[in-house]
Amino acid sequence: MGMQAFLDVFDIYLLEAVINGILLGGVLALLALGLNLIFGVIDVTWICYAELVMIGMYGMYFMVQYYGFSYFVAAPLTILLVAVLGAALHYLVIAPLLTAPPINQLLATGGVLFVLQSFATVAFGIDFRNLGIRLPVLALGDMNFSYARLLSFVAALVGMVAVYLFMTRTFTGTAIRAISQDRQIMALMGVDTKRIYLITSALGGALAGLAACLLVLQYDVHPFVGLSFGPITFLICVLGGLGNFIGGFIASFVFAEIISLGGLFSDLEWGYVLAFAFFIVMMFIRPAGLLTRRR
Amino acid sequence: MMGQGRLAAWGVGLAALVALPFVYRDPYHLHILVLILIWSFAYTSWSMMGRFGLVSLGHGGFMGIGAYVTALLWNHAGLSPWIGIPISMAAAGALAMIVGYPCFRFRITGHYFVLVTLALSGIVLQVITATRDYTGGSLGYTPNRASGNKLLALQFDDKTTWYLIALAVWLFGIVVWHWVDRSMARYALEAISEDEDAAAAAGVDVTAEKLKITLLSALMTALAGAIYCQYQMFITPDTVSGIAVSLQMVFAAIVGGLFVSLGPTVGAIITILLAESLRIGFGTKAVGWDNLVYGVLLVLFIIFLPKGILGSLLDRLKLQRKVPRAHEQKAVQVARPGT
Repeated sequence: MGMQAFLDVFDIYLLEAVINGILLGGVLALLALGLNLIFGVIDVTWICYAELVMIGMYGMYFMVQYYGFSYFVAAPLTILLVAVLGAALHYLVIAPLLTAPPINQLLATGGVLFVLQSFATVAFGIDFRNLGIRLPVLALGDMNFSYARLLSFVAALVGMVAVYLFMTRTFTGTAIRAISQDRQIMALMGVDTKRIYLITSALGGALAGLAACLLVLQYDVHPFVGLSFGPITFLICVLGGLGNFIGGFIASFVFAEIISLGGLFSDLEWGYVLAFAFFIVMMFIRPAGLLTRRR
Repeated sequence: MMGQGRLAAWGVGLAALVALPFVYRDPYHLHILVLILIWSFAYTSWSMMGRFGLVSLGHGGFMGIGAYVTALLWNHAGLSPWIGIPISMAAAGALAMIVGYPCFRFRITGHYFVLVTLALSGIVLQVITATRDYTGGSLGYTPNRASGNKLLALQFDDKTTWYLIALAVWLFGIVVWHWVDRSMARYALEAISEDEDAAAAAGVDVTAEKLKITLLSALMTALAGAIYCQYQMFITPDTVSGIAVSLQMVFAAIVGGLFVSLGPTVGAIITILLAESLRIGFGTKAVGWDNLVYGVLLVLFIIFLPKGILGSLLDRLKLQRKVPRAHEQKAVQVARPGT
C-alpha cells in the first residue's frame, strides 16, 4: 500500500520531468539550429552565441519594463535587433578573418564574448532583472506545467519550421544550402557569397533573438546568463555533429531530458554535470556524432 | 640552442629579479609583480599546448580544480597544501586525461576540440557553484588562516617571500617550456599540428604525444591555480575557473606571442598593467571596463597581429639576421585543425 503510493507519486514526478525536458528541448534545439546554420554555411563557430541571446534578453527587458511595450510588440523588435547584431558581428569580425585559420575566427568570437559580457556589466550592472510577466501554470491532473515553457516550446517549433520553409522554398534559402555544400563552386555559379553570408548571419542572429524572447519568460537576465546555457549548446552541436541540423535537433532533446531528469534528483547544475558525463561517454561510443556527417 | 650571450643575459636578468625585493620594497608594486609572475606561469602552461595548435578553452577548469581542491582539502580535511597541491594537480591531470583521451583517440580536432574543452571549463564552474555548501558557491571561498606553522600551511604574510615563490614557479615554467622546445616531442607535435595523417604515417604516436603535452599543461595550470589561491587567500569561481579565465589565458598568450618562451609573460605584463591602470583610473566604475578593453584588443590582435607583440618584434629582428624556421613562417596560423 505504502509502496504503491510512493510509486504513484514518483511516476507523476517522473512524467512531469520528462515532459518538462521535452519543453526545454525546444529552446535548446532553437539555439543549436542557429549555431549549426552559421557553422554549416560560413564554417565559423560563434562562441559568443549565447551572449547574443543575453543582449536580446536585455532588449526585451528594457522594451517591456522601461518603455512599456507589450510583449508581442517587443518580441519582433528584439529579433530584429539581434539579427542586426549577428550581421554586424559577421561584417566587422568574421569577414576580415575569412581566409585566416578557423581557430583564429573562433577565438575572435571569444573576444566578442568578452566584449558583450562586459558591455552588459558596464551598461546594465550585475543585478538580476526579470520581465515581471508571470504566466499562469497549467495543471494537468497532478502535474504542473508553466505556460512560459509551453509557449517557448511551441514558438521554438514554429521558428524551426519557418527556417525550414525558408531554406527549402525560397531562392535565397536554396543558395544558402548550396553554399554549405560547396563554397567555391557557388561563387562561380554567380551567387554573391558575401551577401549570402550576411543573410545567414542575420538569420542566425534572428534565431538567437527568438530564443531570447522565449528564455526571458523563464529566466532572470544578468550579464553572465549566457554561461548557463552556452556550454550545453556547444555540447549539443558537437554531439549532433557540427552543421548537422537533424543531429542537433535530436541531441537537444536528449540533453534536455538528461538535464531535466538529473534536476529531478538534485539541483539543476548537477543535471548539467550529468549531461557532460553523458557527452564524454558518447564520445567513446560515437566519436563522429549521433548522426555521422563529419569531415 | 642557447648561445653564450643569451645565457649570460638570462643570468643577469634573473639575478636582478631575485635581488629586486631586497632593494625595492613598495608592497603594492610587489603585489602586482607577484600577480604578473603567477599569471605568467598559468599563461605559459596554456601555451605549452596552445603553440602546437591544441587550442584548449578548458584550462579555466584545470586552474579552478587546482585552487579549489587545495583549499577544500586544507579547510575540510586539514591537509597541508604541500600534500593538497599534488592531489589537486593529480585531479586536474586525471580530468585532462578523461577528456583528452577520447578527443585525441577519435581525432576530435579544431572546432570540435575547442568546443569540448570550452564545455569542460563551463562544467567545472557549474560544479563549483552547485556544491555551494562546501565551496561557498559564487560568493567565493577563503582558506582558513593557519594557527601553527606558516611554512606547513604555505601561508606567508610578507610580499618578499611570495615574490620569491612566484619567481621560482615562473622560472620553472620557462625551464619546462625550453625543455619541451628542445625535446623530440616538439618535432612530433609540430608534425602533428601540420598534418596528423602524415605524422602518423611517419611513425609518430599522435594520441600519446598529444596526451603527454596535455597532461603536462594541465598539471602546471592546476599548480598555478593552487599558488594563486595560497597567495590571494580568496578565490571565487569566476576568478579561477570558467570560460572567461580560459579566454583570458588565450588572450594573454596571443597578445604576448604564442611561439616564444617569454610571449605569455609579456602578455601577462600587458594585461595586468592594463587592468590595474583601468582600476586606478576609473575606481569602482572600472568593473567590466577591463574586460571590455581586453575583448576589443583580442579581436584586433587576431585580425591585425596574430603573432603577438613579442613574436612580431622578434620576427623583425630575425628577418635581418636569418631566415626563420619553417614553422615560424607559418606562425600566423595558430592552428591547422583537420578541416
